[in-house]
Amino acid sequence: MSIKAENIKYIYSEGTPFMTVALDEINLEIKEGDFLGVIGHTGSGKSTLIQLLNGLEKPSDGKIIVNDIVVGEDKKKLSKIRQTVGLVFQYPEYQLFEETVAKDVAFGPMNLNLSEEETEKRVKEALELVGFNYKSIKDESPFDLSGGQKRRVAIAGVLAMKPDYLILDEPTAGLDPAGRNEIFEQIKKLHKKANVTVVLVSHSMEDIAKLVNRVIVLYKGKIHMQGTPKEIYSQSEELKKIGLGVPQVAEIVNELRKRGFNIRPDILTVEEAKEEILKEVRRNYV
Amino acid sequence: MDDYIIKIENVKFKYSKEDTDYAVDGCSLNIKKGEFTAIIGHNGSGKSTLAKLINSILLPTEGKIYVKGMDTADDSKLWDIRQAAGMVFQNPDNQLVATIVEEDIAFGPENQGVESSEIRRRVDDALNAVGMYEYRKRPPHLLSGGQKQRIAIAGVLALNSDCIILDEPTAMLDPSGRKEVMDTLKKLDAQGKTILLITHYMDEAVLADRVVIMDKGNIKLDGTPKDVFKNIEAIKKFGLDVPQVTELAQELAKEGLNIPPDIINVKDLVDLLCQ
Repeated sequence: MSIKAENIKYIYSEGTPFMTVALDEINLEIKEGDFLGVIGHTGSGKSTLIQLLNGLEKPSDGKIIVNDIVVGEDKKKLSKIRQTVGLVFQYPEYQLFEETVAKDVAFGPMNLNLSEEETEKRVKEALELVGFNYKSIKDESPFDLSGGQKRRVAIAGVLAMKPDYLILDEPTAGLDPAGRNEIFEQIKKLHKKANVTVVLVSHSMEDIAKLVNRVIVLYKGKIHMQGTPKEIYSQSEELKKIGLGVPQVAEIVNELRKRGFNIRPDILTVEEAKEEILKEVRRNYV
Repeated sequence: MDDYIIKIENVKFKYSKEDTDYAVDGCSLNIKKGEFTAIIGHNGSGKSTLAKLINSILLPTEGKIYVKGMDTADDSKLWDIRQAAGMVFQNPDNQLVATIVEEDIAFGPENQGVESSEIRRRVDDALNAVGMYEYRKRPPHLLSGGQKQRIAIAGVLALNSDCIILDEPTAMLDPSGRKEVMDTLKKLDAQGKTILLITHYMDEAVLADRVVIMDKGNIKLDGTPKDVFKNIEAIKKFGLDVPQVTELAQELAKEGLNIPPDIINVKDLVDLLCQ
């Protein structure tokens, strides 16, 4: 079971002066249990890619295959694909609309024609998965919640569809550090405990570094780099060149190496940096 | 008149009479003309409320706020206050009104009844100040997020505001968009504008002359970036991040290296280590 992208090309406004090739030569496999990070600056093709992955857009060329179903081949299967690949958009809290949290989360399952008991069971599960106490939250108005809480409710709405894959587009944009940690903790748990395959789209390298086990970097519509977070971050010069921020620690390490410090390039945390710098300093002064 | 452009005196504010907690709870702060101040705090710390109070979108429940000596509670001064202290909000899509960039920037001065040749001059100056002159004929919705925010800043500049208040202007932008906005602010700072920047990003706050940390509706720390950020433990307690370079510097100092606790940028630390 996997999502495969085979030689994807996507062109916007083909045949007009505004024609843009948003994606080109994309080959990618997302396997069950993966935790994949997708980074790239605005306009690099991230959002286009994830809309292709759940059948919202059709590639201009190439194929997307979700669990052996080719996207777009049979229109009747599109709703199955969208249920299998859950997509949480940017600022999902703007999509909340119901009077109560429970009703909002129930909207998706209700449309699958599930029984009332099954729907309620799924709503309860989904809200608990994102860290809420079902009883105390279910009758609240979603609009009285904090930003981080609203976002968790919106994610629960997608989880209630029981997707195999969960794609999150900038899930922490606009949140403060506490709200950001709250969301990331829940995503980590989802991946570990509920065995959901997660694709996390972000331009924050710091966040991606802490969570995922594989990163792809999109640049001008192509896969520019891929590898483990450590492999990617050790190339901070290259990342900066293509308009991405790197964690400050990676920048310090990079500057020190340029000035002749003999330390590892693939350092991601303050703790690691401290150990490495101390080793080097002590080596030189003993 | 003293040289404070904004004076906040013991201000308390709550959103409704039934609320038990004040969103802003006994806050006092004076901002000097030309100062670049960053206000940081987690969501709900009262920082956005404070910005809206300064701009007279909200009125204090208790206490007083003066903008260029004008009381924000004085209804007759409302438009003068908003002209003196213009605001830029978080979402660039919610604040652009016209279909062409230069018309959007002209919107403010037009409403003030400014003469048309003067509007032309102000719009051109504002576009140049934010580096967007060549985009003047474009429709704003085709611009990037960073460009849209620069247009919003130009809209404030065209009002001849002395002070620009920005409420998380980069929260929805990617790293290059954030850099565009911050470079613009630094340039305006150098030209003598008073800037009040509300942000979550510590790397932006370190560029300011002064950093104010808010928690529970009140000011907890206030000083130069160096003075403020060296209090790592306190800042973490308020639910905020500290620059990684400051944290690393202090960790190394604990291990006996001779490094001061108030390092806030990468270059300073690297220079020290490479001596």
